[in-house]
Amino acid sequence: MYVSPIREPLITGKKTYQQITDEISAPIEGKAGKAWYVGITITIAALFFGLAMMGWTIWQGIGTWGLNKTIGWGWGITNFVWWVGIGHAGTFISAILLLFRQKWRTSINRSAEAMTLFAVMCAGLFPLIHMGRPLLAFFVFPYPNTRGLWVNFNSPLLWDVFAISTYFSVSLLFWYVGLIPDIGTIRDKVKSKFKKAVYGFLSFGWTGSARHWSRHETMSLVLAGLAAPLVLSVHSIVSADFATSVIPGWHTTIFPPYFVSGAIFSGFAMVLTLLIITRKVLNLESYITVGHVESMNKIIIATGSIVGIAYITELFIAWYSGVEYEQYAFLNRATGPYWWAYAIMMTCNVISPQLLWFKKLRRNLAFTFVLSIFINIGMWFERFVIIVTSLHRDYLPSSWSMYSPTIVEVGIFIGTLGLFFTCFLLFIRVFPVIAIAEVKAVMKSSGEKFTNKDENELS
Amino acid sequence: MKKHWKSLAERKNGSETPEKQNLPKGNLEQILDIFDNGNEKSQSNRRDFLKLCGYSLAISTVLASCENSVQKAIPYLIKPEEITPGKANYYASSYVNGSEYCSILIKTREGRPIKIEGNDLSSVTYGGTSARVQASILGLYDTSRYKNPLKGDTKISWNELDQSIIQQLNQLKESKERVVLLTPTIYSPSTKAVIEMFLKSYPNVKWVQYDNRSASALIKANEMCFGKAGICDYRFDFADVIVSFDADFLGNWLMPVEHIRQYTKKRKLSDGNTNMSRHIQFESRLSLTGSNADYRIPVKPSEQALLVAQLYNEILKLKGLESYSLNDTSEDIRELAKELWENKGKSLVVAGENDLSIQILINGINYELENYGTTLRIDKQILTKQAIDSDMEQLLTDLNSGKIKALFSYGVNPVYDYLKGEEFAKAIDKVPFSVSLDMAPSETSSRFKYVAPDNHFIESWNDLEPKTSRYSLMQPGIRPLFNTRQFQSTLLAWIGQETDYLKFIKNYWEEKLYPIQTAYPNFTGFWNNSLQQGIFEPKTKSVFDTKFKLDGIGELIDNIANAPKSSGFELQVYESSAMGDGKMANNPWIQELPDPVTKICWDNYLTVSPKQAEEMLLETGDVVELNSGIKLPVYILPGQAYNTAAVALGYGRTNCGVVGKNVGVNVSKLSQFKNDSRVDSSIGVEITKTEEKYELAMTQTHHSMEGRAIVREASLREYLKDPAAGNESHQEYENAGIYKKPNFPNHHWGLVVDLNSCVGCGACSIACQAENNVPVVGKKEVIRAHEMSWIRIDRYFSGSEFNPDVSFQPVMCQHCDNAPCENVCPVAATTHSSEGLNQMIYNRCIGTRYCGNNCPYKVRRFNWFDFTKADSIPNNLHDVAEMTIDLKRMVLNPDVTVRAKGVIEKCSMCVQRIQEGKLNAKIDGRRPRDGEIKTACQQACPAGAIIFGDLNDKDSQVVKETSGKRNYYLLEEIHTLPSVSYLTKIRNKETNNS
Repeated sequence: MYVSPIREPLITGKKTYQQITDEISAPIEGKAGKAWYVGITITIAALFFGLAMMGWTIWQGIGTWGLNKTIGWGWGITNFVWWVGIGHAGTFISAILLLFRQKWRTSINRSAEAMTLFAVMCAGLFPLIHMGRPLLAFFVFPYPNTRGLWVNFNSPLLWDVFAISTYFSVSLLFWYVGLIPDIGTIRDKVKSKFKKAVYGFLSFGWTGSARHWSRHETMSLVLAGLAAPLVLSVHSIVSADFATSVIPGWHTTIFPPYFVSGAIFSGFAMVLTLLIITRKVLNLESYITVGHVESMNKIIIATGSIVGIAYITELFIAWYSGVEYEQYAFLNRATGPYWWAYAIMMTCNVISPQLLWFKKLRRNLAFTFVLSIFINIGMWFERFVIIVTSLHRDYLPSSWSMYSPTIVEVGIFIGTLGLFFTCFLLFIRVFPVIAIAEVKAVMKSSGEKFTNKDENELS
Repeated sequence: MKKHWKSLAERKNGSETPEKQNLPKGNLEQILDIFDNGNEKSQSNRRDFLKLCGYSLAISTVLASCENSVQKAIPYLIKPEEITPGKANYYASSYVNGSEYCSILIKTREGRPIKIEGNDLSSVTYGGTSARVQASILGLYDTSRYKNPLKGDTKISWNELDQSIIQQLNQLKESKERVVLLTPTIYSPSTKAVIEMFLKSYPNVKWVQYDNRSASALIKANEMCFGKAGICDYRFDFADVIVSFDADFLGNWLMPVEHIRQYTKKRKLSDGNTNMSRHIQFESRLSLTGSNADYRIPVKPSEQALLVAQLYNEILKLKGLESYSLNDTSEDIRELAKELWENKGKSLVVAGENDLSIQILINGINYELENYGTTLRIDKQILTKQAIDSDMEQLLTDLNSGKIKALFSYGVNPVYDYLKGEEFAKAIDKVPFSVSLDMAPSETSSRFKYVAPDNHFIESWNDLEPKTSRYSLMQPGIRPLFNTRQFQSTLLAWIGQETDYLKFIKNYWEEKLYPIQTAYPNFTGFWNNSLQQGIFEPKTKSVFDTKFKLDGIGELIDNIANAPKSSGFELQVYESSAMGDGKMANNPWIQELPDPVTKICWDNYLTVSPKQAEEMLLETGDVVELNSGIKLPVYILPGQAYNTAAVALGYGRTNCGVVGKNVGVNVSKLSQFKNDSRVDSSIGVEITKTEEKYELAMTQTHHSMEGRAIVREASLREYLKDPAAGNESHQEYENAGIYKKPNFPNHHWGLVVDLNSCVGCGACSIACQAENNVPVVGKKEVIRAHEMSWIRIDRYFSGSEFNPDVSFQPVMCQHCDNAPCENVCPVAATTHSSEGLNQMIYNRCIGTRYCGNNCPYKVRRFNWFDFTKADSIPNNLHDVAEMTIDLKRMVLNPDVTVRAKGVIEKCSMCVQRIQEGKLNAKIDGRRPRDGEIKTACQQACPAGAIIFGDLNDKDSQVVKETSGKRNYYLLEEIHTLPSVSYLTKIRNKETNNS
């Protein structure tokens, strides 16, 4: 296949296949460094703090949160939407970019998918614990029962249940199918009998035969086809939680595309946050190159601009509709008591990504890292703005009220951050962070070794 | 199978040994035979037995491992005739709390009183109630009540108590020492007779009546002007123009339940009746009455006397009588005088201040306007307040001088609520022998040597005469819960009479009241009927020539005109319309009922004007110190007159049980004793800002309607031109939907609220709380906006902040036929009934609160904590008011589920009452009649502002009201299709430009 000589290589450093295997599986074979232990101690502590706060919530009631008669959802649902959003990058990268034959995805898809799974796990916790009676959460499933009870298929919250669980299962499956050849590789490399047995079991008897490869490729393609629409549907459905309601600021038909692009926006930001550190710590700079970062930044600027246009469209439509409640809701967002949240959202999500039009900044790792954190914060505030500022002043001024979170809500959020990073830290120690087999597959076309050779031959 | 044998005998006889065959019946091993129908051949063996044992053990282990609490249901041994489990009984009775009176029905279930309803038959209260009447049912189950007679702190028997008190009384009688019996105004004829007998037996006893909120000046003024002491019977329903100088007659003035009913009757508009009274209020603080007035003029308390004098003078001028020289009469007063004069005989002027000269001038004004005989009359009187302030002052002097050797006190709490409470406390301690006959401990009764506890009124018999020849009976709904005895019986016991007070009342009625009626030929019939109806209202003709004659009016006016003008800061104390005088401070329902105007509960506070706040840099919640040393949080109240402040009485109880203890500050000492009467306003007050901050519990924090058409209103003039005035947008939305409106083939229940009738008193909120087991959450949770009330009264200010227009709007679940809450619930826990009701299925609710978010009316309430002890997780109860202890749980309505932690609840339109009405109709084989089913809020409303009915019944009142031009739906533009609608508010103003 012809590759343009000016296209920069995706794998730098003239690697051999053996080198690739060794370098990527190094963290699994070697001993963990001090930093890893420090990291996991902190994340597990955060996780336990969160668990304690969840226990307190379930025991004492939702009254331990800062919610009230006017504002029924606060940090809990904000975090839910935020995590679901973050969970969009992995599947987007692995499914949609696979279908579009984007080779650069091979270096980042594994970790992005893992991140997706962990984010969706964190997200799934919130609908559960925000319930007044979480012990009865099974009521949301349409299981057969003698009492003739059935769920309400009109409710977007029920659609959420199916959307999230389907998304999680498909993502998990996709991720695991992709992992199988690599697990086979690890199985062959590890020395200890126990590890061999475990990886042997997990590899499902992978031998690397042509038939296995053929099946694997077919399966990946089928799953990619299945997962691609899910990327779009999950956040559309989450947005329906708001869009189908009557509350000014929620009742907005623009929400599905706006939420999906926002989700990919925040997902890529989180991937960048994680990978910029990971590539450094695990010495994977030659696989996750500045070029990769730039590609992701391009997606960020695209989705960020869509989000920005959506924000402005909302404002325009509020004015154009002539509905006084709608107009007030948006005026209140921008100038009401929560103006600062709106300002943070606007700065982080609309203004800051526009800096990426400069190539220098796009390729600057430190800048990208800071920006990714900004976007994570901005997208969190976007959900906070939508949920809280819409609710706190809706139709009847007599019920207007204010909201601030309690330590319990903050603690649960910290707990999910703990869960997320604990899972990620464990992940980098047991599975290859980069899809070894897939990287090898693009070596010939995009590896520096081969592209350079081509160049030499030409000249 | 190889056979084994154990003995030779067995071997010979095969397996069946003779011994075994002859086993006596009843052997343990044969127990299984019962399953074989006595089949001789089937013989159970040990193995089967052991199997059964094992099986039973396993089953019982499994079953017993689920711990179930033991609940005992004990059936009646002999079923009382009138009690059918599941069916409520109603007993006509009377509510009495000091000078508050209401004719009521006590609803009992399985013998336990659970609710109070108004008695429609009474021509005093007409089925209306107040918030305190509704809440009084909880007082029955108050844990702080005295449970036994006490000597000091030790429990004694009634016998012991009676003996020692009779002995003491006799000793005092022999030594002719002075004894005082202190009571509130007694307007019960039989009780009066008992007291008179008591006084006759012990002539050394002097009877003193004390009303903490006395109407002493009114009584005296009438005596001076007309030669007849007492309080007039007012008829606000006959008045076209009402002028009130600081009389909060819809709040707490004399008989609010009656007066709200009269007032709103005159303000109900329909196609047939377009006549509406005009109400002008002069006052300093924005009272409930002032917030309902058409015109409200903020004045300082000290300015009132002059205004009244000027008004009197102008009316004299208009009448062509000799007038007085008064300067600076404003154009407003001239206009007012003109308007009153045009409506002479159909107007009413009242004043609230307990000030003799003001009340005399008011009498003069009404007299000159020829109102006597129509809008008020002196021969018919309100009898609930008869005490004279100077009596109390005299008593205090006597106590201090040590002349009084014994004090008997019943139903009053002067240590707390008298303006010289502390002095009174010291004086009581000096009295050698003192007996309290109170029901519950108070600041006063706890100082007494003996306690002879009274019954709660729901446990008592009594008769009452709240107004001239309007008799009413009090009958108990339950036997005394504790070892108490009602006050009258106790007095009878102490004079050696039979203690059966019921018999006493019957005798009294037979002797005094039976002869004045002709309907019943025998006393039993008369008595039974009166008892069943709760009232006896004989028609009496009285001829009274009301002649106003008083010398020295000129001097009086001169005094007023020449009084030095006060330029300083003035303070007024008042009774808040929720709490009243503080007797009910231990009632959590009352504590949590927000004040109608300020929307604050669980506290009293100093209201100041916005201008004052600006000058002093005050914010709501800042603590200020009065020069009397009292520290109070500030609330900035729009409409409060500049340079005035007001604070509510009834708070700061220190001895009343756990709920009300130390809630707020006691400000009784801020009243003054001036010119022989208690005066509530004082001049020369100074306030200083402190650095402290205090958090007030408010149920509403935003006070403007933001220009939204939430409360739709118009002026009377606009309304007369176009009945749809202010409601123009209704037509636009009425048929705007593209889908067909849902159809309800059988019933379609609906509710209409007349905003022109609703005065905002809050009786409906408490009635709803009692009916529907709505939990109490406490001050801390109210601050966090976690209150649970199913019906709230929204209050909006409009116009200038110095004198705003006020609108009240009761908001409950609107039972939308296109309900936003219903389609968002993932588990279908809230659904629509075939009769148009929006229903909550508590068992199914998992508490996502999505419905609450999506409710545009924000009427859905979430159980944030375990408020009710209904939660399955232990040790997480949030009960600040002992509402979950067994005694107080007796008040729960068994027809309504007690909700657990984590579920949403909301107004059900009293579905249990609808069901009851439908079942009653079904038993009779008919359709439910219009008006037969009443929601709790409707039943309680003294104004008749809430009407419930079937929207499918073309002849029903609710259809009649909703088909008028004033009808609109709240937020109808979002097409929720509510079943609750509102009628526009009409103000009797020239323009409605605010």
